[in-house]
Amino acid sequence: MSQSEVQPQQEVDVNRRKFLTAATTATGAVGVAFAALPFIASWRPSERARALGEPTEIDVSKLEEGQMVIASWRRQPIYIVRRSQSAVAALPQVDSQLKDPASSESTQPDYARNEQRSIKPEILVVIATCTHLGCLPKQHFVPGDAALGADWPGGFFCPCHGSKFDLAGRVFAGSPASLNLAIPPHRFVDDQTLVVGVDA
Amino acid sequence: MSATTPNGIPKDGSFRAWLNKRMPVDEFVKEQLTGYLAPKNFNIWYYFGSLALLTFVLQIITGIFLTMHYKPSDVAAFDSVEYIMREVEWGWLIRYMHSTGASFFFLVVYLHMFRAMLYGSYKAPRELLWLLGMFLYLALMAEAFMGYVLPWGNMSYWGAQVIVNLFGTIPVVGPGLVEWIRGDYGIADSTLNRFFALHVVALPFAIALLIMLHLVALRQTGSNNPDGIEIKKNKDADGKPLDGIPFHPYYTVKDVVGVGVFLTLFCAVVFFAPTFGGLFLEKPNFEPANPLSTPDHIAPVWYFTAYYAILRAVPSQQLGALLMFAAVLIFLFLPWLDRSKVNSIRYKGILSKIALTVFAITFIVLSYLGLQPADGLYVLLARIFTVLYFAYFLLMPWYTSIEKTSSPPTRVSYDG
Repeated sequence: MSQSEVQPQQEVDVNRRKFLTAATTATGAVGVAFAALPFIASWRPSERARALGEPTEIDVSKLEEGQMVIASWRRQPIYIVRRSQSAVAALPQVDSQLKDPASSESTQPDYARNEQRSIKPEILVVIATCTHLGCLPKQHFVPGDAALGADWPGGFFCPCHGSKFDLAGRVFAGSPASLNLAIPPHRFVDDQTLVVGVDA
Repeated sequence: MSATTPNGIPKDGSFRAWLNKRMPVDEFVKEQLTGYLAPKNFNIWYYFGSLALLTFVLQIITGIFLTMHYKPSDVAAFDSVEYIMREVEWGWLIRYMHSTGASFFFLVVYLHMFRAMLYGSYKAPRELLWLLGMFLYLALMAEAFMGYVLPWGNMSYWGAQVIVNLFGTIPVVGPGLVEWIRGDYGIADSTLNRFFALHVVALPFAIALLIMLHLVALRQTGSNNPDGIEIKKNKDADGKPLDGIPFHPYYTVKDVVGVGVFLTLFCAVVFFAPTFGGLFLEKPNFEPANPLSTPDHIAPVWYFTAYYAILRAVPSQQLGALLMFAAVLIFLFLPWLDRSKVNSIRYKGILSKIALTVFAITFIVLSYLGLQPADGLYVLLARIFTVLYFAYFLLMPWYTSIEKTSSPPTRVSYDG
């Protein structure tokens, strides 16, 4: 009989086993967490999506007063509206009916944080996704629009959940949206050319 | 020639004996079906569990065949669905079965949930069974939503926009989270492609696993019944419940009748009213997705409209989204909100009866309001019924503990 067959009974160190099990589990969990990172990161916008999100140029020279063009930047619709001088002048009149008249809570570059929310007073550039849940507010520029009542000052109306915005994209009290329509970063290269996606 | 001896044990040398030595087939069938004793007083409400399983199987089969022709890309998706509808042989049938199946799945699941609320099937010791069922419901909601995006119609697109943006209302992480879910700066090809992967691979796996766990938990606690009393309390000398009958053949045969009625209604819709007047398949979804044009009126499919009405009832974006999620998740707490001494509505007091009736009406009214435009009277009504919806749950600890209940019988009854 060789000696290796029967070992003297050794006491099992339970604490040592518990510690080793816990340490192995913890190390494994950290490994799994790190291994999950590439999978989670794969959901972020790809290089191609990011490249397609480059700034976009719009010619505003043919835009008449009271007209609107829809451009697209980063798959977001951008409204560009040329407002009449009287419409711009009338903007402060609705301040008392707005949730955020001074746009202090809302998203806009600093150069558009003013009463008319624009670089040039008459040209409004807004991201046309309702700040409520991302629908497309429709243009109702004519004051007293039949669908919105005689006291309607002109602006945008979201057909999804009924949010109302004035001609500077500021939200009216009583709307489900809490913030004004966001103003994207934009600048004018010259009098005719607007670039959306870069700061002035 | 039977392969078994009279007492049910496979004969030596038979194929069944060979098989059972290698895999416990007979034991499994006995445990799950012929030996699983269910209360003998099941009524019509007890059809919907097996029907939910049937709709799941239908969705899997029709879904597999749809993926053979469908193309998950923003340029090809809409056309590939039209291709299935017009050019693939019997493609229209498979697709209508799948789209109708989604609505019937929810119909059956809502009735199944209502059954649990009627007879207190969520109460101890079945809390986990209820929770697993609720997780199934949540997985089903995600599955249905992502499936709805796949045809890439205009309602698919804008529905995705609204639902994904709900996550943007979460403070701080919201905007980043939304970009991560979409994989782009708007709902795009990347969003469609990942929703496809989740819809056909990840979520069906999750649902199948949850169904299995739901059934495992059911086998452990045993089925509740319309009297809400435990049949395990009255056992014969062998330790078998006196009021229990083997699930197979008794309830499998009963369920076949339910399947017959179900398939009759299902086929009637598939063949004669597959869009169900715009309720099962919405009109704007027959136009391709257009990021520059919102449909005039956005509403989800009918099975989500109750929650959608709650979302729109609140004039604040964050609070609206919060209330909507709360309206879904509050079901999870039902086992602990109900303080009644009895399980079944049959023996609960008048307050519980009124509360459940009002809740059922509220759910239907909210579902209707969610389909209507969000203005005027509709918003006012949605607010009133939102309050009633939450009152059912939040007042439950109060009305279930103060009301006078009657005492249930010791043995199950057939008439209530």
